[in-house]
Amino acid sequence: MAAVYRAAQAEALRIVPLDTFTAIYHRASGITHLVGPPVPEILAALGPDGLTLGALIARLGETYDLLDADEAALGARLDELVGAGLVRTA
Amino acid sequence: MRHVFSVRIGPVGFRVGSDWRGPIRQLAALYAGYPQPEDGVPDFTVRLFAQRPWRRVIRPAVMIGGDFMIPDAAPLPLAQGLLAAEMAMNLQMALGQRRYLLLHASAVERDGRVLLMTGESGSGKSTLAALLSQRGWRLMGDEFALIDPVTGLAHAFPRLVSLKNAAIAVAEAAMPQARFGPLLEGTPKGAIRHLVPDAAAVAAMDTPGKPALLLFPRFGFAPDIREVAPGEVFMRLTQASTNYVAMGERGFDALTRLVLGIPAQAIDYPDTDHALAQVEALWDAL
Amino acid sequence: MNVGANGWLLARILRSPADAAALDAAGWTALIAIARAEQMIGTLAWRLHGTAMPPAVARILADARALAEHGRTLALWEAEAARRVLAPLGVPVVLLKGTAFVAAGLMAGQGRSIGDLDILVPRGSLHVVERALLANGWEWVKPDAYDDAYYRRWMHELPPLIHRDRDRMIDVHHTILPLTARITPDAEGLLADAVPLRAEEKGALAMLSRTDVIVHAAAHLFADGDLAGGMRNLWDVHCLIEEFGVEGLVERAEHHGLGDAVGRALRLAAALYGDGATLSPGDRACLRRVTARDGWGRATHPWTRLAFYVRSHWLRMPPAMLARHLWTKWRKQAAA
Repeated sequence: MAAVYRAAQAEALRIVPLDTFTAIYHRASGITHLVGPPVPEILAALGPDGLTLGALIARLGETYDLLDADEAALGARLDELVGAGLVRTA
Repeated sequence: MRHVFSVRIGPVGFRVGSDWRGPIRQLAALYAGYPQPEDGVPDFTVRLFAQRPWRRVIRPAVMIGGDFMIPDAAPLPLAQGLLAAEMAMNLQMALGQRRYLLLHASAVERDGRVLLMTGESGSGKSTLAALLSQRGWRLMGDEFALIDPVTGLAHAFPRLVSLKNAAIAVAEAAMPQARFGPLLEGTPKGAIRHLVPDAAAVAAMDTPGKPALLLFPRFGFAPDIREVAPGEVFMRLTQASTNYVAMGERGFDALTRLVLGIPAQAIDYPDTDHALAQVEALWDAL
Repeated sequence: MNVGANGWLLARILRSPADAAALDAAGWTALIAIARAEQMIGTLAWRLHGTAMPPAVARILADARALAEHGRTLALWEAEAARRVLAPLGVPVVLLKGTAFVAAGLMAGQGRSIGDLDILVPRGSLHVVERALLANGWEWVKPDAYDDAYYRRWMHELPPLIHRDRDRMIDVHHTILPLTARITPDAEGLLADAVPLRAEEKGALAMLSRTDVIVHAAAHLFADGDLAGGMRNLWDVHCLIEEFGVEGLVERAEHHGLGDAVGRALRLAAALYGDGATLSPGDRACLRRVTARDGWGRATHPWTRLAFYVRSHWLRMPPAMLARHLWTKWRKQAAA
């Protein structure tokens, strides 16, 4: 069964869009992340219910032109976000 | 400690203990007119001490200590004791300040609104702040701008203004009536001379202001003005803040609010006359 | 009110916060400097929360509480980061010292300043742990080759590691005293009796049992350093006893060979923070060392400190080795 990725709970993050960049304060670690697209879009798409990797690509593809929908690359990025605490796995 | 000096600068009280009388006498003279720490209890303790008892007298070298210390710091010769004291106070702020978000920036105020200038050493933020203080601006500080995370206001922290190398002559020429400390040569940063904030700056040190414009000055380039986008401003300010991380979420709030609330420009300038004109033009355009 | 400005001032106020009402500006100034020097300003701030004090002091202590709270956040995140790496390997991770106190919500954790993450793992798992940490962003804090060989062969922990992004150190212990010490605690027993912090979670972090945690605090105080940080360490002991009591403590301490150390820790903690104790001359010497701090935050009584420095190295290694170690270190310093 494919892993489901969820955004961290709403109370865990403070998200402030600046311009192209978005500042995210992660409360549990005290770390501030300065992220660019598509990270804020990914977090919004995953939401509290979460999506599998394939579903995430599909969902993002509905709204954005995805130039290179490489599952492996996206999976690696998601794992980084999990390490930082911005995304959870089921 | 044999010799003691206490002072309040803006919202921060210091006590400085020293094994030598000289630096204390200089501090007392230059900070004359400043108030004492509130309730008699300073926020930070600084110590200027000799590493070994005989080093108080033989090739006297001043070690910097206090509530917050860094290991392996090299001492300064006694002749630069005043500089040691100023560096020690900076160190306490850099490592221990938690109430206000610290920006490595100079700040001047006009009509209740504050101009912040931030940049590397040599960018000219101290010199420009000193010169603006002669032209209808109130000097709030040259090293640290203090941002209140609750109100977003900038609080004054008018320490002795640290002028380096070529800037010394510029300031002396522009401000012949100002009070200066001794000329200190051969310091780790070259020649340094401290400028005493004027009476207006001292009198108004407890009056905060609303940040209105942020500038990134760069000295020694053809004149240019460029807008800086909030994302870049945020990144550069976190790099320029010594206590952003320690402030946690309050720091995040203070900084995002500042970055989204005021315009930011990078100004390149070949000489101070250009810079002053650029500043006034940008301020008038607000 | 004129009070002697040394560690006893801090001890008295921690024992009896109401006494702070009688402090004048000089007293408060000295108290704050001493507390900061002993890394106990957060502890002091919590003990004095709600006590009447000048506004300037209230602000300083409020900042100290905020700082401790932020430190707690960082410490817990660091523990979580280590857990994520080590739990999948089946290695039990037992938190030690400050991180354990705050993770378990203990009195000893209130206002505590925490620097590094200290964990205890089975000696047999050291290689696995080392490899996992190195593969997940930790790196060595570059010791030189001699110190590294010394560390690995004789110390009770891996050489220090630091996480490259978060810039936080982790100390991986496999027992609580160096292998060269004349006392050898029961490391397996420490691990076997460790208590999971969240029993319902698989791969949860754990901490030492309620007797072992006090034994460790005592061992750490006497064997690890030249009694540096003694005031804070003894406050830990005091709080842990208040929270857990002393049932079974003496027997457990004897089991680890640390009966004397724990006995001394209990007496010193009682003398400083509790209802007093009958002290031996050795106890008094320790207390002099522990409270050797002046109103400017400086460590005082240098000769006492030197005596303790030599003593602590003696505890760690037999005399012949000590001589060789100090000689090699002296030669390297002279060459530098």
